[in-house]
Amino acid sequence: MSARVGIVVFPGTNCELDVAWAVGRFGGTPETLWHADAELRGVDAVVVPGGFAHGDYLRTGAIARFSPVMDAVARFAAAGGPVVGICNGFQVLTEAGLLPGALQKNAGLSFLCETVECRVETTRSALTALADPGRVLRLPINHFEGNYVCDDATRRRLRDDDRVVLRYVRNPNGSLDDIAGICNEQRNVVGLMPHPERAAEPLLGSSDGAVLLRSLLASATEGAAVA
Amino acid sequence: MRFEARVEITHLPGIADPQGATVERSLPALGYDNVSQVRVGKSIRLVIDAPDATAARAQVDEMCHRLLANPVIEAYAIELGEPAAAT
Repeated sequence: MSARVGIVVFPGTNCELDVAWAVGRFGGTPETLWHADAELRGVDAVVVPGGFAHGDYLRTGAIARFSPVMDAVARFAAAGGPVVGICNGFQVLTEAGLLPGALQKNAGLSFLCETVECRVETTRSALTALADPGRVLRLPINHFEGNYVCDDATRRRLRDDDRVVLRYVRNPNGSLDDIAGICNEQRNVVGLMPHPERAAEPLLGSSDGAVLLRSLLASATEGAAVA
Repeated sequence: MRFEARVEITHLPGIADPQGATVERSLPALGYDNVSQVRVGKSIRLVIDAPDATAARAQVDEMCHRLLANPVIEAYAIELGEPAAAT
């Protein structure tokens, strides 16, 4: 059965159609979830896509975390459902406390829009289960605030528990420990700054994001976190 | 009673401040080469109705913790005063 992937849309989200297209391309059924809805309509996975949720006012993701849909996303995540936050979605998930740390302005204050290389650091996550460990993926980034920071204790936990999912080969934004993506303890919630949905087809310049999207669909079909 | 609250939000010590660092690097270009430790934060002002100053401060503190600041990377300081012009 085709996995139903809920795609959360806030006012200011702008990557929902890219994600929907990519989900469909790999056999999933995309379903848009409006931020003011308080339930997820029984989807098998949730993607919080990129954009500028609520205008990114105050801080990126700061207002979005109070949207009614986020309570439902938190419950879904606590029950083991796969949740992936891409770019602004990663920022929303950290503000919501579903992932540790925070994303702040890029070192050098440049808005970055380029294709970068990211290494798969662990396959124990809802987004990388089907990837080869150590494989380098070419993925686009498109952000001003992708500079991951956290306190020392969190940094040690991420490292010791193998929770850094993707690392930049060449750090573009000053991110701590070259972190491009992380997962939660249960490994079903993943946040990453690069956009796998924009690297899902050779015409787009890279199809390296395909393995990530396939992994997500696989964990959605399983109906449980990949541990 | 109405109080005016001023909240100053800064980076926690030890958290890199890319804006401060960039401003600091640009000042010598204008000839100001004696400036260090530049930190850029934000300032929020609001008016709050509360029974007394203690209650007002407690609520602003709670609002800072829950929304106005991100305690993971930011510190905040609250200054409470009478509003300049009560309406």
